[in-house]
Amino acid sequence: MSTATTTPKRPSTLRGARLPKWAPWAIAAGSVALGLGISAAAGLHSSIQWALIAALLHVFGTYVIAARVENRRQAKDRVVTSLVWVAFLLAVVPLASLVWSTVQRGVKVLDVYFLTHSMGVVADSETGGGIYHAILGTLQQVGLATLIAAPIGVLTAIYLVEYGRGNLARSVTFFVDVMTGIPSIVAGLFILSIMLMFDMEPFGFAGSLALAILMMPVVVRSTEEMLKLVPNELREASLALGVPKWRTILKVVLPTSIGGITTGIMLAIARIAGETAPVLLLVFGSKFINANPFDGAQASLPLYIYQQYGSGEATAYDRAWAASLTLIAFVMVLNLVARGIARWKAPKTGR
Amino acid sequence: MAKRIDVSGLTAYYGSHKAIEDISMTVEPRSVTAFIGPSGCGKSTFLRTLNRMHEVTSGGRVEGKVLLDDEDLYGSGIDPVSVRREVGMVFQRPNPFPTMSIFDNVAAGLRLNGNYKKSELSDIVERSLKGANLWNEVKDRLNKPGSGLSGGQQQRLCIARAIAVEPNVLLMDEPCSALDPISTLAIEDLIGELKERFTIVIVTHNMQQAARVSDRTAFFNLSAVGQPGKLIEIDDTERIFSNPSVQATEDYISGRFG
Amino acid sequence: MDTTQIADAPPPTPQTPPAEQKRAARGATRPGDRIFLGLSRGSGILLLVIMAAIAGFLTYRAFLAISKDDGNFLTTFAWNTGANPPVFGIAVLAYGTIVSSIIAMIIAVPVAVAIALFLTHYAPRRLSGPIAYVIDLLAAVPSIVYGLWGALILVPHMNGLFGWLNDYLGWTGIFSWQGGAARSMLTVGILLAIMILPIITNVSREVFRQVPQMHEEAALALGATRWEVIRMSVLPFGRSGVISASMLGLGRALGETMAVATVLSPDFLIHTSLLDPGGGTFAQNIASKFSEATEFGRDALIASGLVLFVITLLVNGAARAIIARRKEYSGANA
Repeated sequence: MSTATTTPKRPSTLRGARLPKWAPWAIAAGSVALGLGISAAAGLHSSIQWALIAALLHVFGTYVIAARVENRRQAKDRVVTSLVWVAFLLAVVPLASLVWSTVQRGVKVLDVYFLTHSMGVVADSETGGGIYHAILGTLQQVGLATLIAAPIGVLTAIYLVEYGRGNLARSVTFFVDVMTGIPSIVAGLFILSIMLMFDMEPFGFAGSLALAILMMPVVVRSTEEMLKLVPNELREASLALGVPKWRTILKVVLPTSIGGITTGIMLAIARIAGETAPVLLLVFGSKFINANPFDGAQASLPLYIYQQYGSGEATAYDRAWAASLTLIAFVMVLNLVARGIARWKAPKTGR
Repeated sequence: MAKRIDVSGLTAYYGSHKAIEDISMTVEPRSVTAFIGPSGCGKSTFLRTLNRMHEVTSGGRVEGKVLLDDEDLYGSGIDPVSVRREVGMVFQRPNPFPTMSIFDNVAAGLRLNGNYKKSELSDIVERSLKGANLWNEVKDRLNKPGSGLSGGQQQRLCIARAIAVEPNVLLMDEPCSALDPISTLAIEDLIGELKERFTIVIVTHNMQQAARVSDRTAFFNLSAVGQPGKLIEIDDTERIFSNPSVQATEDYISGRFG
Repeated sequence: MDTTQIADAPPPTPQTPPAEQKRAARGATRPGDRIFLGLSRGSGILLLVIMAAIAGFLTYRAFLAISKDDGNFLTTFAWNTGANPPVFGIAVLAYGTIVSSIIAMIIAVPVAVAIALFLTHYAPRRLSGPIAYVIDLLAAVPSIVYGLWGALILVPHMNGLFGWLNDYLGWTGIFSWQGGAARSMLTVGILLAIMILPIITNVSREVFRQVPQMHEEAALALGATRWEVIRMSVLPFGRSGVISASMLGLGRALGETMAVATVLSPDFLIHTSLLDPGGGTFAQNIASKFSEATEFGRDALIASGLVLFVITLLVNGAARAIIARRKEYSGANA
């Protein structure tokens, strides 16, 4: 009824002044150039500084230019766009630097000798030595942890998805969540307090126990997700044939989701393989090869990196980088293989 | 306010797939035009090209012209954001903003487009809700979330939100397909009232609905699955439903296929 | 026995005929089913036992230490567990842990949200898939590698920035710098931010991806710009998800050990300046003091670990509560 009175007649045109397509790039290039110029003029050397200046100029410049040529709404939109790009680029720099410096410095001493020798008779300030003992320790500790955590984790997930309904299931779910958040050093302290009780010296398996505590909730969570993806029709079809529930789970549910469960376990292994803190408290580290995880201090890869770094020698730094590269490679291979399995064995849930 | 739409030679793609081919038609202002046709014939795609929503989907691309009172929506220098303000849209499933109150939902479009005084804003919100035949049902709970309404009320809330910014054209993509018969009737009555002020284009699967609400009806069809959809004919609704000029239209309407 | 089985059996769906229910109940008493249920339920119970044991053992050892503490465990600025009588307290550690985590959150959360938006709404589609994949992988880089990189690469690069902050903001006291190595709380905070960035980004990206298309189209059809679409439909929908993602990141930052232990040069003082080296965190203090600690010293470290445990429990509990609320909320709108 009162349509015409309150609504201001807008300009009927759909056309608005628009910045050309190349404008954002031009502004970006301009601000980088200006950032470099200002830094050079002021004698600033740090790349962090000119990058920050350029980023600020870019965001600010975009707003001013867009607000003049277009309108405030467009200007806001463009500022957010440039902020988002700037945030992305700023975050890429350290992460790329991390990968780059690890690779570049890691390859210096990384060779077959390095992988097959221990630090047995090598002082930190000397060249030579290797990580054989550390790799051995990590594989044993992580392997034992997996042997403990994987079955418990998978069984717990089966309980939660296939059986659990009451208070017990609810509290297990809750405490699995809580457990996910335990700092690794606290898990280490827990095992340590037991060891103090029985007056035990550090040994590899103690580390495995702490790592298993860290691994269990991760396995439970991922397995749970995978089991939930198995369509109920499959279970019902099997049960309707008179197959007992436990055989249904073993023969129908688990095979359907085995790919995803494997992926979850491998990702969990990748996570604990890099844990340092509990190993530091419980396994203590060693320069020698100790193939018995149940007796005496052992080395481990992440701990080796920490201790080589801690010695403060340039030669030790080289070894620390090389060990880092080895560790990253190990973790990445696990990750890639795990994801490969996930893609290859993805349960077909489509209907 | 209502404007005429003139489409000529319009073809739309999803990536390399051609969804609709070479469509031309004219939609008169202050009328209701219904699009009917079998599933997948491209009527919704075509509707979405009329306010440049098609290009939002990945790979969406359009060739041809859509004139809104002589101005080409796909011309150079046209801002798709302004196009969508002039050509409002109501979707298949009611989609009020779940975190906003009823009032804020209706005011959402206005707040984007400049500074309104509070009293001005509540006037427009009230007028829009009345225009959508929803005012009496919600006037006591304007600050409650819009998601608490029934499906039919939510759809009318979405219509109120669309008409609050006074668009020239209102596009409706199967607005009643998720609603029960009573809510459907309410929306159909509302469409009859809204055509006094807006140019309305509605996509529907329900032929009785097309016959009830529209002045003109366009029939879309596709020759085979995977082929682009085409406009078969557009004519006065009465003629389409009593004496269509193309055999395929008659087959479809009489239920011989689709 | 009977009652627990009823509790554990799936709730009978309304259309299940009673005869079938009876058969299912009888099925649970087969030996195979009993063993399998026992094993899986036992595993669940074992998890609960472990959690209880963690709390119990830590508390017991902490009690042994705190009962002999001559200082106030909460307010003392010292860690002399070898002294007679021993004097130690967590004031500096609590301060350092909280401050470094806050710095990390201030930096990481906005950047992570921006990157998540970048990946879901701004980046070219062909680019966003691989980038998301790489960020996923970066989340798996072990913290000791971040620590090594932080100590050997990041620390020397901070000098320029620190000088700058000192020049312009030094008068605040918070950003004054005496020119020591940049092994300070700010560097630690920045490193922690870099470390938790991938995880917050990943979770936020998942949440943003789940925003129903129809909410975004609703905003678009009103003539919203891309930013306005994000503000009207993406951010409100994703807010609680982003909060819980941040809490997860915060939990990590609070408990991070190695990255702090390698970068920080610790002392037992609270420095007003974030740029001067010094301070400490719970986890770092445990790692640094552990190898020289006596049995009593280890108990004292366990006591500080217990405090860290409680703090992370609270943070994670808050995150879970937010996620649970969100579930209700999205359920109401389904």
